[in-house]
Amino acid sequence: MNFTLTQTLVSRLHEAAIPLETREGPPPCLQVAEGQWAKVAQIARQEGLRLVAEWASEENGAFTIHAAYALGAQGYALAATQLGQGVEEFPSLVPHYSVAARMERIIHDFYGLKPLGHPDLRSWIKHDSWPEEAFPLRKDFALNGPLHRHEGSYPFIGTEGEGSYEIPVGPVHAGIIEPGHFRFQVVGEQILNLEERLGYAHKGIEKHFESRDAVSAARMAARSSGDATVAHSWAFCLAAEQAAGRAVSPRAAHLRAVLCERERMANHIGDIGAICNDAAWVFMQMQCQRLREDLARLHHRLFGHRLLMDLVVPGGVTRDLDLDGIARLRDQTQAVAGEMGELFKIYEENTSIRERVIGSGGISTQDAHTLGLLGVVGRSAELDLDARRDAAYSPYDQCPPQVKVCRGGDVSARLWIRFQEIQTSAQLIEKLLVDLPEGGFQEPFQAPAEGSWGFAVVESWRGEIATWIRFGPGGRIQRCYVRDPSMINWLGLELAVREVPVPDFPLNNKSFNCSYSGHDL
Amino acid sequence: MQRILRKIIKVGTVTEPLGRSEQTIEVLGSELDRVIRKRFQKSLAIRQVDAGSCNACELEIHAMNNPYYDLERFGVHFVASPRHADLLLVTGPVSRNMEVALKMTYDAVPNPKMVIAAGDCAVCGGEFGCTYATVGAVSQVIPVDVLIHGCPPTPTDLIRGILMAVGLPE
Ligand code: SF4
Repeated sequence: MNFTLTQTLVSRLHEAAIPLETREGPPPCLQVAEGQWAKVAQIARQEGLRLVAEWASEENGAFTIHAAYALGAQGYALAATQLGQGVEEFPSLVPHYSVAARMERIIHDFYGLKPLGHPDLRSWIKHDSWPEEAFPLRKDFALNGPLHRHEGSYPFIGTEGEGSYEIPVGPVHAGIIEPGHFRFQVVGEQILNLEERLGYAHKGIEKHFESRDAVSAARMAARSSGDATVAHSWAFCLAAEQAAGRAVSPRAAHLRAVLCERERMANHIGDIGAICNDAAWVFMQMQCQRLREDLARLHHRLFGHRLLMDLVVPGGVTRDLDLDGIARLRDQTQAVAGEMGELFKIYEENTSIRERVIGSGGISTQDAHTLGLLGVVGRSAELDLDARRDAAYSPYDQCPPQVKVCRGGDVSARLWIRFQEIQTSAQLIEKLLVDLPEGGFQEPFQAPAEGSWGFAVVESWRGEIATWIRFGPGGRIQRCYVRDPSMINWLGLELAVREVPVPDFPLNNKSFNCSYSGHDL
Repeated sequence: MQRILRKIIKVGTVTEPLGRSEQTIEVLGSELDRVIRKRFQKSLAIRQVDAGSCNACELEIHAMNNPYYDLERFGVHFVASPRHADLLLVTGPVSRNMEVALKMTYDAVPNPKMVIAAGDCAVCGGEFGCTYATVGAVSQVIPVDVLIHGCPPTPTDLIRGILMAVGLPE
């Protein structure tokens, strides 16, 4: 992991005469006084840093607020501020980073800590029927603590004006998708505003972590968002291994990357089909579904699981590949990439699908940059971000991918990037398998010392996943925070669909394909 | 257009006979229920409800519709509203935030109706169990007729479970 940015941030904060203390890691963490918390964000914003995440933790009855920043090739920097005993508020970062809004609402929901200066403190994951004084991530709240329901309602942003009306959708949707609620304000068939209401898939994942050791918690991480199970497991394992001060064998790192790239291919292929299907082009959907199934079947055969769940574990991976397996994987990867190349040509020639996707749901580069949109969504609006290259975790430090970006920020651009990334992944898989190092693929995981912490990012097919972990006594996790890329990209969707006709919403929603589960945890 | 046709011809029909299930499928309920269920044979409308799954179960439910499995050949199709459905296919450990929505969806399905709990989470809470955030098994919230184990169940398991629900051996 690349933490070069820490030094840059330290010198900027010195110039601004902000007193700080650096806790040497790995990874290093800058400790600032609570009064300086927003100031740090202000300087970070001026320097063009991206806010990766903001979260809280509790230790000995007092709370700490954490943040992670990033800046391209300089990698990442962590900052934290300890709140005094009995202090239950902190300065909000929203004036500098609007993307912090929901993260701080979650801190407010789960810890009962108030972000001062936050413009919107409606509850977010904690729905209206939950008791107000229940703060599930506080240490005195039990995992199976009872929740006494009461009546409540959520004040949506209303609409007024002649001819405008509202369409509520969900949490049970018309298709086979995850639960969430969308409130559209509409004129004619044009969307004026979309307000998302999420949290329906909240399963208490972060609380679950805290009763487990790393090996058992990895199963939870793998289920943060099932479609990105490899990437989530990998981010969790990297953070835990960093805390333990151990890296996995080169062979294990290669195998993890192969799994992650295959997961990327499968999901991109699935998305391309599904996006085209939402524009009524069933041909593409059927071809893509077929190819995706081919991938799943080989995964089952070689790794014992169609979606590659629970293969990445602390200490390595659970399955090795023999020569026959390597050959099969290489062959199929190239064959599928070849077919996707063919389908790309067909897609480009098909004027009726192009007509639907070009110009639909555009996001400006400026907006994408302000929010720090991730993955396909960011790269389709010219944001040159990719954690594989920027965080330089093994094995990508040896073979950084060619990052493709494009203009437009619309559905068409998001499709184009997916087509390109399938090819890039296929090339990476080929390279990783040809150069597969000899050696072991799994070592027993040594529990890290009490108080050690780790922070890791992994570029999932959806974008950067960030995981922060700290261990308590006996190898048990004291706190583990996960930030799925959807936490940020959901905000992008709200922006993208303004002025989009309502019937094109599914098309746009699919082109973002944010995870509900990954967001709600 | 030519390219599309060429591709369709080259790929041909990939649909396969249904394979064997890998996971346990349990059919609950009485003999009388089974008689009623048989009425749904060859034309079964399903409404899927995600009650807080990790979304991997949904991926496999989608896969039932891919050209290899082609669920519709068995007369089974997904509908957009519970009011059009004969059967609810429920996944996830029933998050507290979905409990009410799940009950309301069940109530909206006309009688007679069936419920399948698909995936370990829906069967028994799975990895998530019963906590402040999740109820656990779907059967804690609404009556369940068929349990399909697996994390996630494969498309074959899912199809077998659905067919067993209406009393078809395959
Ligand atoms: S059963 Fe497994 S795959 Fe299905 S929702 Fe639960 S954790 Fe995810």
